[in-house]
Amino acid sequence: MTDRTTPPPRAAIDRAGRWVDRAFRIQATALYLFLYVPIALVVLFSFNAGNRTGELRGLSLRWYQVAVEDPFAMGALQNSFVVGAWTAVIATTLGTLAALALQRTPRRIRAVFEAITYVAIIIPGIVIGIATLIFFVNAFAWINPQLAGIWAAIGAGAPPTIGTGLHTIIAAHVLFTMAIVIVLVRARLAGMDRSLTEASFDLFASPLRTFVQVTLPQLRPAIITGALLAFTFSFDDYVIASFVAGPGKPTLPMYVFSSIRRGITPEINAIAAMVLTVTVTLLVIVSLIYRRSSRIAAAQRAAATADAAAGTS
Amino acid sequence: MPSPPDSTSRDVSADVELIDVTKRFGSVTAVDHVALQIERGSFYSLLGPSGCGKTTTLRMIAGFEQPTSGEILIAGVPVAGVPPYRRNVNTVFQHYALFPHMDVARNVGYGLRQVGVTRDEEQRRVGEALDLVRLSGYDRRRTWELSGGQQQRVALARALVNRPTVLLLDEPLGALDLKLRKEMQLELKGLQQELGITFVYVTHDQDEALTMSDVIVVMRDGRVQQQGSPEALYERPVNRFVAGFIGQSNTIAGRLSGLDLDGGMASVETPTGLVLNGRITDHGARPSIGDEAIVAIRPERLEIAPGTPSPTAGWTSVAGRIHQETYLGDQTEYRLATDLGQLVARRAHHGHAETTTVRSGESISVRWPDDANLVLVA
Ligand SMILES: Nc1ncnc2c1ncn2[C@@H]1O[C@H](COP(=O)(O)OP(=O)(O)OP(=O)(O)O)[C@@H](O)[C@H]1O
Ligand SMILES: [Mg+2]
Repeated sequence: MTDRTTPPPRAAIDRAGRWVDRAFRIQATALYLFLYVPIALVVLFSFNAGNRTGELRGLSLRWYQVAVEDPFAMGALQNSFVVGAWTAVIATTLGTLAALALQRTPRRIRAVFEAITYVAIIIPGIVIGIATLIFFVNAFAWINPQLAGIWAAIGAGAPPTIGTGLHTIIAAHVLFTMAIVIVLVRARLAGMDRSLTEASFDLFASPLRTFVQVTLPQLRPAIITGALLAFTFSFDDYVIASFVAGPGKPTLPMYVFSSIRRGITPEINAIAAMVLTVTVTLLVIVSLIYRRSSRIAAAQRAAATADAAAGTS
Repeated sequence: MPSPPDSTSRDVSADVELIDVTKRFGSVTAVDHVALQIERGSFYSLLGPSGCGKTTTLRMIAGFEQPTSGEILIAGVPVAGVPPYRRNVNTVFQHYALFPHMDVARNVGYGLRQVGVTRDEEQRRVGEALDLVRLSGYDRRRTWELSGGQQQRVALARALVNRPTVLLLDEPLGALDLKLRKEMQLELKGLQQELGITFVYVTHDQDEALTMSDVIVVMRDGRVQQQGSPEALYERPVNRFVAGFIGQSNTIAGRLSGLDLDGGMASVETPTGLVLNGRITDHGARPSIGDEAIVAIRPERLEIAPGTPSPTAGWTSVAGRIHQETYLGDQTEYRLATDLGQLVARRAHHGHAETTTVRSGESISVRWPDDANLVLVA
């Protein structure tokens, strides 16, 4: 067949291939530039010594100082840290427990809950924002009169009222970050060797001791990762927070967004650069944890299957 | 805390006893009416092909599965409903199941820590156990950095350090290469004899079972086919399955033409009209004349000589030809085309160079004594 027809000259194929390669490379480069140049510019301009955002006049930490001394910015930063930390703690605890419970659930029910978990991750922030806001408004509209009634009955003076605030942001953030923790912990549980817990039972450890001494340490990378991701997502979120935040208590993204309406100042760049630093640091830690635990897992598998020839030592 | 089954029942000689144990998973019967008496200090092997219920049997003794029916006794005490962490039995898992987040010493000391042994005592016994498996100095090593053979020893030390009544081993050498496996076989056997602990050893490797065991239990489809010493199983397999599974056999099919059930003797007539006399190995069998039967003959019982067969009383002789000759180092295997079909003969070399008197393609006579004939009716 092919031995009769003359194949296209080799050089032509090589040349075409080179062009395709080059086109892909250019495309990829363009994409990355598009993604990261704006971010790089924000960081660069945060070191601007001049007064205007548009022109770079020497480098300095001047705007960082302005940002740090800005009580509103720092208040918002503190709010973000509080919300992020609580979100991480609550989402990790509840998510881990939920994942453990799912492990023991009959398969059919588990499938339903798994689907719901993924949905919670996929749902747009704006939907979560609206839905939780409506929920909170209705819940508070029901609870507050009840509280007023109770307080009136016992004659304890002015009744407390519950409204939106940092706690409502935390609640809304827990809602979807918990789903992330569940997915991470479930994946880790599924990959965990069941014989490890059996070995622990076999070596006289009760179920509780087995959980503490074997299961939990095995889950640790997933739990830490989940906590860090929950914090990151919470720290970065604008959409949900803007729906359910209480009056006068903005998170940092909310503060930044409202400041932008008054014009972008170099201070905003400095704040953005700081947020970026926090986020990137956390994500790097996450990937390091994951790299390490998957390396250990690979080493274990390798040692368990292919035996080293020097095993006689 | 686990309490080792108390010493009041120490005079019972069976360490583990399975009484008519059945285990079903849904519609699958993994273990089918199995009865075992595992004697103190013996090396018991459960041998059988994949899926025959070996692991399930072991897991029921360990307490990971509960029998559907029947009863299990450990050191004379019924253990129904006793969870694994309250049984004085330890397991060496097939893939070792070492805790990856602990170093070697902490892995080995795990069981001791659960029962509240003092730290000094833990350290001392862990040291002893590591000595025993020749891993002293490896205390602080990460388990996943060790080779398969070393991991296997850690798993062994982790189980032995608890001085269990019974040690259960599920294909512990399955992941090792052949050479290492042979070495570990000898080591395991040596350890077992030295410590006097009862071993229940699961394997699907008949050579392994033959070299190590005091008693072999051959299983198939959840049922015990035969149990006995390696010699008994090799010399007197009760059925076709055992004869084929333990060692190699030549099988010749035919029908029973003569029976002496009291004497345990039978004659089998082949379709070619040849009559073979031999022992019925299954004393429980009640066959009758005309039933189908198999005569099994071990390859090393066949004698080969050049020329044509001459009938001798007490011997079976057939004519044939050497089809293929395979040198196996310490012995030579001959594939023979005979009037009875293909037969395999094996001749050991006794130290000196074999002066082969037969060649491939040559006409020969094959003969074997009647006492080599094993008549299998099932
Ligand atoms: N948890 C379980 N659920 C359902 N079926 C099971 C379960 N465990 C074992 N079985 C079935 O029981 C039978 C015996 O399994 P078992 O693991 O005891 O075999 P085995 O002799 O150990 O085989 P192998 O040599 O392959 O390890 C198999 O048919 C298996 O599919
Ligand atoms: Mg098995």
